[in-house]
Amino acid sequence: MKARPMRFAGSTLFFWTLAAIGTALVPWHMQQDGLSAGGLMALGQQDPEAASALWQAMAHGRFWFWPVVACLVLALPGALPAATASRRAGFLLAGGGLGLAAIVAQGLAIGVMGWSFPWLETTFGELGDRQFGIGLGACMAFIGCLVMLTDGLALRGLFRGDRFVSGAVGLLVASIVIFTAWPVLTMLSQMFTPRGDLGVGAALADRLFDRKIWGLACLGSSVNCGVFWNTLALATSTATAATILGLCFALIVTRTAFPAKRAMRLLTVLPIITPPFVIGLGLILIFGRSGVVNQLVEATFGVQLGRWIYGFDGVFLAQVFSFTPTAFLVLIGVVEGISPTMEEASQTLRASKMRTFRSVTLPLMIPGLANAWLVVFVESLADFGNPIVLGGSYGVLSTEIFFAVVGAQQDFGRAAVLAGIMLVVGLCAFLLQRAVVGRRSYVSVTGKGDAGLQQTLPRPVKIVAFAVAIPWAILTVTVYCMALAGAFVRVWGRDWTPTLSHFRRAFAIEWAPDGRMLFSGGAWHSLFTTIELAATAAPITASIGLLAAWVLTRQRFVGRTALEFSLMLTFAVPGTVIGVAYILTYNIPPLEITGTAMILIACFVFRNLPVGVRSGVAAMSQLDKSLDEAAITLRASTFRALTTIVLPLLKPAIVTALVYSFVRAMTTVSAVIFLVSAEYEMATVFIINRVINGDYGLAIAYCAVLIVLMMTAIGLINLLVGRRKLGRRVAAAPAALPVGGRA
Amino acid sequence: MTLPLQTRSAEVRLQGVGKRYGQIQAVKPLDLVIEGGTLVTLLGPSGCGKTTLLRLIAGLEQATEGQLFIGGRDVTLLPAGERNVSMVFQSYALFPHMSVLDNVAYGLVSSGLRKREAHVRAEATLEVVGLKGFGTRLPSEMSGGQQQRVAVARALVLEPEVLLFDEPLSNLDARLRRSMREEIRALQQRLGLTVVYVTHDQAEALAVSDKIVVMRNAEIAQVGTPEELYTQPNSVFVATFMGEANHIRGRIEAVEDGVARVALDALRIDLPARGMAPGEVDIVVRPEAVRIGPDGQGGMLPATVSRATYMGSHTEYYFATPVGDLFSLGADRLARRMVGDAIGLHFDPEGVVLVRP
Repeated sequence: MKARPMRFAGSTLFFWTLAAIGTALVPWHMQQDGLSAGGLMALGQQDPEAASALWQAMAHGRFWFWPVVACLVLALPGALPAATASRRAGFLLAGGGLGLAAIVAQGLAIGVMGWSFPWLETTFGELGDRQFGIGLGACMAFIGCLVMLTDGLALRGLFRGDRFVSGAVGLLVASIVIFTAWPVLTMLSQMFTPRGDLGVGAALADRLFDRKIWGLACLGSSVNCGVFWNTLALATSTATAATILGLCFALIVTRTAFPAKRAMRLLTVLPIITPPFVIGLGLILIFGRSGVVNQLVEATFGVQLGRWIYGFDGVFLAQVFSFTPTAFLVLIGVVEGISPTMEEASQTLRASKMRTFRSVTLPLMIPGLANAWLVVFVESLADFGNPIVLGGSYGVLSTEIFFAVVGAQQDFGRAAVLAGIMLVVGLCAFLLQRAVVGRRSYVSVTGKGDAGLQQTLPRPVKIVAFAVAIPWAILTVTVYCMALAGAFVRVWGRDWTPTLSHFRRAFAIEWAPDGRMLFSGGAWHSLFTTIELAATAAPITASIGLLAAWVLTRQRFVGRTALEFSLMLTFAVPGTVIGVAYILTYNIPPLEITGTAMILIACFVFRNLPVGVRSGVAAMSQLDKSLDEAAITLRASTFRALTTIVLPLLKPAIVTALVYSFVRAMTTVSAVIFLVSAEYEMATVFIINRVINGDYGLAIAYCAVLIVLMMTAIGLINLLVGRRKLGRRVAAAPAALPVGGRA
Repeated sequence: MTLPLQTRSAEVRLQGVGKRYGQIQAVKPLDLVIEGGTLVTLLGPSGCGKTTLLRLIAGLEQATEGQLFIGGRDVTLLPAGERNVSMVFQSYALFPHMSVLDNVAYGLVSSGLRKREAHVRAEATLEVVGLKGFGTRLPSEMSGGQQQRVAVARALVLEPEVLLFDEPLSNLDARLRRSMREEIRALQQRLGLTVVYVTHDQAEALAVSDKIVVMRNAEIAQVGTPEELYTQPNSVFVATFMGEANHIRGRIEAVEDGVARVALDALRIDLPARGMAPGEVDIVVRPEAVRIGPDGQGGMLPATVSRATYMGSHTEYYFATPVGDLFSLGADRLARRMVGDAIGLHFDPEGVVLVRP
């Protein structure tokens, strides 16, 4: 067999060249007016800001670029295929590693105001210069150096000498550091900024021990408690209520012959496609001041119910409506996971149905119930949409963070402290959840089909389950219907004339005199932006997620557990925290992406990564490992094995990851509310602004359109990517036919 | 018959190759030479490290110590794709979403061959394994034995220097297993391939191998031809693993000209000393070498029949003797014995071997 031709693209030399071009030819910094084709050639530019790093160092006296250039020169011998592996590895590790360090160091050292740190100023003297955020050149140099570093590691024999795996791990680590760890740490460091005449310690203590956070005044009087207690009380009660409701639903669906079981299962899809304020709006339309119930009560009894819905009760109700389906989804799996043989064993041991349920079924479910409780707890903690719509003066952490940042106070120190507290609570819940799920081993889900039938429920339990679940299901449907009906009347509560005017205001299309379509409705801009950004983010999320899943399940390397844990940890960071962290970090150089589409896409990708990773891991563990190994021994590169064998067999997981990340990007609000700009406005933020202005009609109309849109999107992606059948199923089909014919 | 395949069989040499996962030593450092053009079996109980050793040769695992040469080239640090070896997996690992032809051509396309040329050669290789005309099928539309052949064709088409088999027959039923192992052996000899073959089935190993490497507890217990291992095991483990064997303790009374006189109660038997001095010794007795002596004759091992099982072609006997229990096959050339009969036993020296204790 002929030797494989040396390919340039993808080789180490390719990445060296990438870094070299990024340093020598292309503008290093971000260009204010975008990058033109002419501006690409940045060697010899008059304007230092538009010049490449090399030229800035040579012609404009910016000496801090020399280390970057020097590192690239150092790495060159390693990129050439001539030397032995170990010598190449040495050059690549030194050049790539130091190059990365040099790029990061120069980026962090000099900001828009000159030196970023006082000690640098005392060492090097006053700098009559500044620098803006990094641009194309810096990105190319960064990626080039990163890959050279990982190539060097692979040449040293790490990652079984596999360049692709090494590069993938490098990419994952770099993106976690840049887009999660760095922002979160930056935000937390804001806690320590001195305020007024207070020093670091005093300012921190002042913020941390604020009565508005920890106050317990509500116990004795009618004053509100601190936000920490508010949040805790809300999350605890929501989690408890939603878990109980979810259990009732799960028991009915799995253990009774209830005829509407299938319809009930549909409930589980709701939280995925519902924009976060639909429930809140529906509740306002029912129980608000001009809501249906209030009006009826006032007309009948002449009593003013007032605005009780705004506050703890309203938020609690809305969250229970929102998160019961989540608990339901988790608990279906739990109830189905209990092996019927254990219950049958209990019954043959002369236990009554009730006793079996109490002493066998329920104890077996406890870890699952705890898991569901914690999932809802975290969701409630991170929830922003419901409290902002219904909270009124009842502040919780997520809304307080929002007001600390956008309000008149602009107090980032306070936001950081609140976010820090939220992060700690979230992490505790997350760690607890991992511990609980880890103990789940005795919920007997084996590969073998268990003999036996699922037991029916004992009568009293059944009655309770139905009594709780059925009214709640009806209520949920009512809330949704009300919410959607609100889009079709002129002014809810005052003028019930049916109208389409809300849709017209939002989604009007006019024809310009020259025959062009004009999207003149107010919502078009945000809708297009949302779809565009969500559609851009979805494939990125899916690919990074699947790559991470593949690395975690298929590769063994030093630090794999650490990588897995830090990936999981990023999932526990609440959206509001990420939002604040992002604006704090990316407002200023070196990565100045606030106000661009990039920050929103990054936010979507790293918020939704868990979905991609989880569906990838689940699918990957069902795929025989020897399939990839066979491809590897058949001379396929790791990359080729991944693209020709693993990916085609993973289509369903890819579809899931794509759909979920797209839909979730469209409905998220907690993080993006901090990140939108006039140019990049998101649908959810547009809606919330309408809600704040009291323009419910338009907000609801928009929500309705979003729901329809997302259902279409799910259907469309499913259709487009398709479920390619595996050979197994194709083979099974003709074999099944004669059987059917005979019958 | 002209073969469409060229063979480039190479020697595999392991020098101190070992594999360690953290604290666990999966393969202790070992030396082994697999000559070109031979079929060598790695045999041992599960967990003995034989599959790990195979994967080390394949490059699917990397040795934590030692050096590995294929055809004289140091491949210790090379990834699997650059080693010029092919592997047939236990589960076959046929790609379920590709046709048989695409499966076989996969390696050729990976190596940079044009698709059309790859298909021509894949077709020719399918013919070698007797699957001409099956190219358009999906793997799931074939029987277990056919899938096995596709897996072999897929590995063969790359003309590897070494072909590796990881328990290739364990998914087949007993009859098919027998014919497939003959087929693999015939193909190996026809093409002169170097084959490393992992199995835990000693009958399979005896049937196909030029040489067998018996492994135990992550190290090599013994290397030899099937006959050497059966007739001259160097340990009780090898003896009992290679076929059925009785294990008893005895004493060498004297050694003279390489012949040891061994005492077993009243029985005296002369056996090759294998370098052993007088003293305690382990004795391995194959069941077919246990003979029932004529009634009333002296100088025998006194025994009582404790169990007799009629098996059709022969009867299996269990005897209680002063040196321990013995099991025998085919000792019923004479009249059948009943449980409780007191008899005298002697051994056919061909089936008895001394093993260092």
